[in-house]
Amino acid sequence: MKEAILKSLKNILVSIPIMFGILMLINLINPILSNYYSKIFTDNFFLDPLIGAIAGSISFGIPITAYIAGGELLEDGVSLLAVTAFVMSWTTVGVAMIPLESKFLGRRFALSRNFVNFFFALIISVLTISILKLF
Amino acid sequence: MNKKNIKNNTKYPEGKKISGGMKFFLFMIFIYFIVYLFSKYLIIDALANTVMTFIKILPTLGLVFIIMIISNLYIKKGKIQKHLGYESGLRGWIFAILAGIFIAGAPYILFPLLGDLKKQGMKDSLMAVFLYNRNVKIPFFPISILYFGLAYTIIISLLIVILSVFNGILVGKMTSRIKT
Repeated sequence: MKEAILKSLKNILVSIPIMFGILMLINLINPILSNYYSKIFTDNFFLDPLIGAIAGSISFGIPITAYIAGGELLEDGVSLLAVTAFVMSWTTVGVAMIPLESKFLGRRFALSRNFVNFFFALIISVLTISILKLF
Repeated sequence: MNKKNIKNNTKYPEGKKISGGMKFFLFMIFIYFIVYLFSKYLIIDALANTVMTFIKILPTLGLVFIIMIISNLYIKKGKIQKHLGYESGLRGWIFAILAGIFIAGAPYILFPLLGDLKKQGMKDSLMAVFLYNRNVKIPFFPISILYFGLAYTIIISLLIVILSVFNGILVGKMTSRIKT
């Protein structure tokens, strides 16, 4: 029992400085980034989803924030395709989280997963909008 | 003995090691200090938000700590290998999907727990599937429906579940190819 507690405590304690550091990084960058969200889209059908996916990848927050930011972008006239790519990459790609993910799950896993998720954000956006158009 | 071997064989006393995480944390304090010199309010807001977010995640972190103790006590390597390891088969995929959808907590809080499970034999593809399905957020369905509509929410959720399998296969192949 004592061994299990110590082992788990060690793992949690190791994660706290990096977790706190990442939260510091995110809370410093996000307010600056959020001012530019609506300005970076170009009304280009092909370019906007890519811009959305990149913006989402470097942003971070609880998923509810992604939906709210996405909803606001939609109201600003950004296409649903771009907004979907933005929300999907926000919730599935975490560039800022790579150091923490690498520490526990391995650098190769973290890099592969985030790389794959970036493209899947684009694929899911295209599929979602295409299916939605059928109805 | 070449430089690399000398580096690998050098043993430092346990107490004097500074972990990568701690170095990153100290680096962020340094960045905050520098930015503070130019924009005091930006740093005060950022620090307040950081502390508030951290306080919010503390209960979940406590829950993760308890799950980790239970997992270390009762879930043996063989069981993880059987249910989430290389011989888990279809059951492993289904288990990873359902766990991803229903287990609460931000991914970064779950990384230490997943790290533990990985050491006990959980395979990379199932970890990727688990993490991808974290995006089917049932509690956030109302807000998603409010902004994007019911059809959109259902379609994207189903696509996430279905494509998570391909995502897992791809991540698994990429990590195993790099390992070999």
